[in-house]
Amino acid sequence: MTTSTTEVLAPPTERYTVLGWLRRNLFGSIGDSILTIIAIWLTYAMLKPSLSWGFSVAKWTVIADNLKLFMVGRYPAEELWRVWVVLYLLAAVVGFTWGAWVKGKEKAGYVLLGIPVFLALLPFSPTIRMMILALDLFGFLGIILGRRDNPKFKNWSIISLLLYFPVGILLIGGLTGETGFLPTVKPDLWGGLMLTILLAVIGIIFSFPIGVALALGRQSKLPIISWFSVGVIELVRGVPLITILFMMDLMLPLFLPAEIRVEGVIRAFVAITLFSAAYMAENVRGGLQAIPRGQYEAAHALGLNGFTTMAFIILPQALKAVIPILVSQFIGLLKDTTLVMILSLFDVLGIGKSVLGNPEYVGTAKEVYVFVAALFWVLSYGLSYASQRLETSLGVGER
Amino acid sequence: MSRKLFPVFALLIVLSMVLAACGGAAAPEAPAEEAAAVEAPAEEAAAAPGETEGPAPAASGDTLATVQARGHVICGGNSGVPGFGFLDTEGTFTGFDIDFCKAVAAAVFGDAEAYEIRPLSSQERFTALQSGEIDVLIRNTTWTLSRDTDLGANFVATTFYDGQGFIVRKADGINTLEDLDGGTVCVQTGTTTEANLADTMAARGLSYEPVVYEDVETGWTTYEEGRCDAYTTDKSGLVARQILLTVPDDHVIMDETISKEPLGPVVRHGDDQWFDIVQWTVFATFFAEEHGITAANAGDMMASTANPREKSFFGTEGELGAFLGLDADWAYNVVSQVGNYAEIYDRNLGPDTLTYIPRGLNSLYTDGGLLFAPAWR
Amino acid sequence: MAKTKYSTEEAIPFWRDERVLRVLGQIVFLVVAVSFFYYLYNNMITALAAQGMTPSFEFLGRTAGFDIGESLINYVRSDSYARALVVGILNTIYVSIFGIFFATIFGVILGVSRLSKNFLVAKLSSIYLEILRNIPLLVLLVFWYSGVFITLPRVKEAITFGPIFLSNRGIAVPWGIPTETWASYLIILFLALVVSIVVSWRLKVIGDRTGRPPLRILWVPLTFLVLAMVGWLVLPQSPLEIEYPALKGLNFTGGYVFSPEFMALLSGLVIYTAAFVGEIVRAGIMSVSKGQHEAAKALGLTSFQTLRLVIFPQAMRVIVPPLTSQYLNLTKNSSLAVAIGFPDLFAIGGTSLNQSGRAVEVIALMMGLYLLSSLLTSVFMNWYNDKIKLVER
Repeated sequence: MTTSTTEVLAPPTERYTVLGWLRRNLFGSIGDSILTIIAIWLTYAMLKPSLSWGFSVAKWTVIADNLKLFMVGRYPAEELWRVWVVLYLLAAVVGFTWGAWVKGKEKAGYVLLGIPVFLALLPFSPTIRMMILALDLFGFLGIILGRRDNPKFKNWSIISLLLYFPVGILLIGGLTGETGFLPTVKPDLWGGLMLTILLAVIGIIFSFPIGVALALGRQSKLPIISWFSVGVIELVRGVPLITILFMMDLMLPLFLPAEIRVEGVIRAFVAITLFSAAYMAENVRGGLQAIPRGQYEAAHALGLNGFTTMAFIILPQALKAVIPILVSQFIGLLKDTTLVMILSLFDVLGIGKSVLGNPEYVGTAKEVYVFVAALFWVLSYGLSYASQRLETSLGVGER
Repeated sequence: MSRKLFPVFALLIVLSMVLAACGGAAAPEAPAEEAAAVEAPAEEAAAAPGETEGPAPAASGDTLATVQARGHVICGGNSGVPGFGFLDTEGTFTGFDIDFCKAVAAAVFGDAEAYEIRPLSSQERFTALQSGEIDVLIRNTTWTLSRDTDLGANFVATTFYDGQGFIVRKADGINTLEDLDGGTVCVQTGTTTEANLADTMAARGLSYEPVVYEDVETGWTTYEEGRCDAYTTDKSGLVARQILLTVPDDHVIMDETISKEPLGPVVRHGDDQWFDIVQWTVFATFFAEEHGITAANAGDMMASTANPREKSFFGTEGELGAFLGLDADWAYNVVSQVGNYAEIYDRNLGPDTLTYIPRGLNSLYTDGGLLFAPAWR
Repeated sequence: MAKTKYSTEEAIPFWRDERVLRVLGQIVFLVVAVSFFYYLYNNMITALAAQGMTPSFEFLGRTAGFDIGESLINYVRSDSYARALVVGILNTIYVSIFGIFFATIFGVILGVSRLSKNFLVAKLSSIYLEILRNIPLLVLLVFWYSGVFITLPRVKEAITFGPIFLSNRGIAVPWGIPTETWASYLIILFLALVVSIVVSWRLKVIGDRTGRPPLRILWVPLTFLVLAMVGWLVLPQSPLEIEYPALKGLNFTGGYVFSPEFMALLSGLVIYTAAFVGEIVRAGIMSVSKGQHEAAKALGLTSFQTLRLVIFPQAMRVIVPPLTSQYLNLTKNSSLAVAIGFPDLFAIGGTSLNQSGRAVEVIALMMGLYLLSSLLTSVFMNWYNDKIKLVER
């Protein structure tokens, strides 16, 4: 590769110098410069006190001492291995799915691998740190397996993902009564981050069929059914989640016959499912409306009846179109589950509140809330970033 | 695409059916629609209306039988009040109120660990009791006439005598309520405290601005930061929390006590047997203290005592236990497993704890307090 | 669905006749639904009757017996529960209207600055968006209250900006006290409003005729302000007397005090909702095709004119529907006020529930009121949406 130097044009220097970049991007005009200066000042004014508080004032021992509570609440210690199994399974399944669907160049999935790294940075004991980092190992194994060239893997990954949730919930909730291999752990003992995530996951899973049913009901030509669906959807969407939670908490025990006792956590599940179903219905309706008229007509021309048209032609397309929205709905739900704190359930924020009731940790409110906020941020940012990347690389939701 | 997604969809339906069957969540509405395929899961979910936990709890009537069949007693408790009920680092509930729940468990089952705490917010505590979700409410609940009648609750013996007071900053020079005129007072919502405050200030013709919190801890933090001139709650709460303030000596509890706050366990209207059990369990702790019976010496005393009252207490003479529907040695179980009143008190609120409250009114009547156990015969 | 039924009508037995089945199916559904709800209702009545309670709204007339920190109307502890709840409704509306106003302004600024050419500004606003969209509002509110507003200086060391005092008891500002001429001034204000509406309408007519829409958003408020000012000066005595806040005893007296609870709730709602509004505004602006920019430029419009006359009217159509749901969310989210001690509808409802023990009634009432406010907001926004649609077509 020897070319005569005289013929090579010098690169446009301005583009690559720091000064040039600064001038173009930050100090283009007087107005621009003022904006830049204000922005720098704002950043400084916000960052300085926050950092100095975080590194010198804050007493982070409150987090370190209560970490188990923050993560799993009052879940019995001897059954904790089940939570680990569920987590490892999750890592493996997610890795496998990622490996099967995203071939080659897409690197963004590694953001998800960052979540365990973040968790391992928390003041856990070394063994637990290793166990958390092992999550990434399982993730990698999943990815490597998924990368293998096997056309069936895509279907398998969906099936494993769908099977994962009931299996996981059974593992955590238990199977075999009071004793045995998997003794029941009552939902009231679920807590911390685990409860937060479970509330959101179960909320989404259960609200899916109900939401689809409500969306179809709303589209229905039968007046009573469509009024009913519209009524339920608008009623639930018209009131704050907190009132639905409050109602379920106080009134569900009254609504059910006296023989049936429902645990507080289950009541929250019911409320969250109902809430999520109404929003799900609106999302699915959006998907249904996006289906061109021609699809219905074509189905009719093929001789399909109303039911088969819905089940085989319209719904599959509509549901595909709403998958990206489901991810953001899940993230929204994850954040909304914090409201169960007001029902004195021990989700991650509720645990924070009760830790503050422990005489040893009185006065550490800021530390606790900052920690909870950071936890949520890492989770939902990681999820939304990864899902956006997955969408672009799969072309889901694009036409 | 439809070919690929249909199995997925079908699977989801199956899954939700499985979940509905074992997860046990009840979907309160059953929307039906044209497409039967999606109708199935929704109906299925509605068909499983919550999981029944063991045998039915009676909303009224035979609570003891329900509790015995279930195998443990369920108490409504506090989750964030230092000294009375909070979650320790191991995730177990600890505190003065919790110990009385253990005492009831010991009386009924002879096992102080056969209990479960249901943390309740101040709003939901009475509905939880009404609906039969809990057997006893032990959560700093003040005995008032309207609660005793209108809310369908029955108050048993008082375990803690309290009165509402105010804490203020020394530097502000507030000595009486009149000095608080025009000031700001922090108070927790959903309590008799809030109404007492309003009543007292109105009666004395004083104006003030209330700032009302859902959460005790937020109230204290904001008081300490100077948002309020005074924080008001039961005096025990003030004493216990004062030493946890950054500089406790900067604050002072006003002499004035504006209310009577007898706190104790609460049971449902209409089940006299259960009422008696809880009431006499509390009395047993008083009696044990009066007679010097402690967790450590209960076994020896039981074997050696000649006092006929103590004999009937231990159940070695007479059949007082059977009158309550309990074992003969129920009171022995309470004292040996949980301790007498003084032990319970010292463990949670005594001088060695972070939440020290002098006993004051909560001493035996022989020491000038209000604790008094009826005769054991 | 219109199949050729007329020819085979007699041949179809009624259990296969689609029309009959539809009616039948709906009746079955109705019966099932009604009996299901009746079952729930019946259980509730039974459970309550066991405690000797019957649902009734009679308690609303009873004395509430608690005080409320902030109220837009006069309220004392001896007023009824009904009045206490009205105080709560007004407080919810109060904070929602302010919240919507500021969230819109702040959100538009954010959305525009995300598209800014200034690297730092664009990056900062997207960092802001990413942080706020991923934190639960409840955590944010609690932090904002106990981390920011409560840590302001105490009342005796209040920061002063001229007549404005800033402390952890809130922000005390000078406030007008009505004098005798206030009533006549209100009439003048009303007249000014009428005049400015007329001006607005005239300007629109002129704009439609000439094709050069004047800057109504500037001229109409200006007309109003000028008239209001003239009215103020014409009156013999000024209609409002300015009262300055002063530290007297334990608290500020005089002027008006915005409480830290209100400020924290408002700013929490605003900065949270603004993040979502910003995203909506950005998406709206991006949805206007690049050709529109270029065409506007080719016509010689300035960049401000381009934004006002070309981009914004088109972007609005995309922006309004999601914006509506954000406004609704803000109103509903204001119920989280209970966590930081602002007496909104939910907080006062909670206290009423506790003092009266009427759980079922209070919850039903609260849900009904929230539903009503949501419906009213959506009716208004739908009307607005239709209006801008009509302008376009």
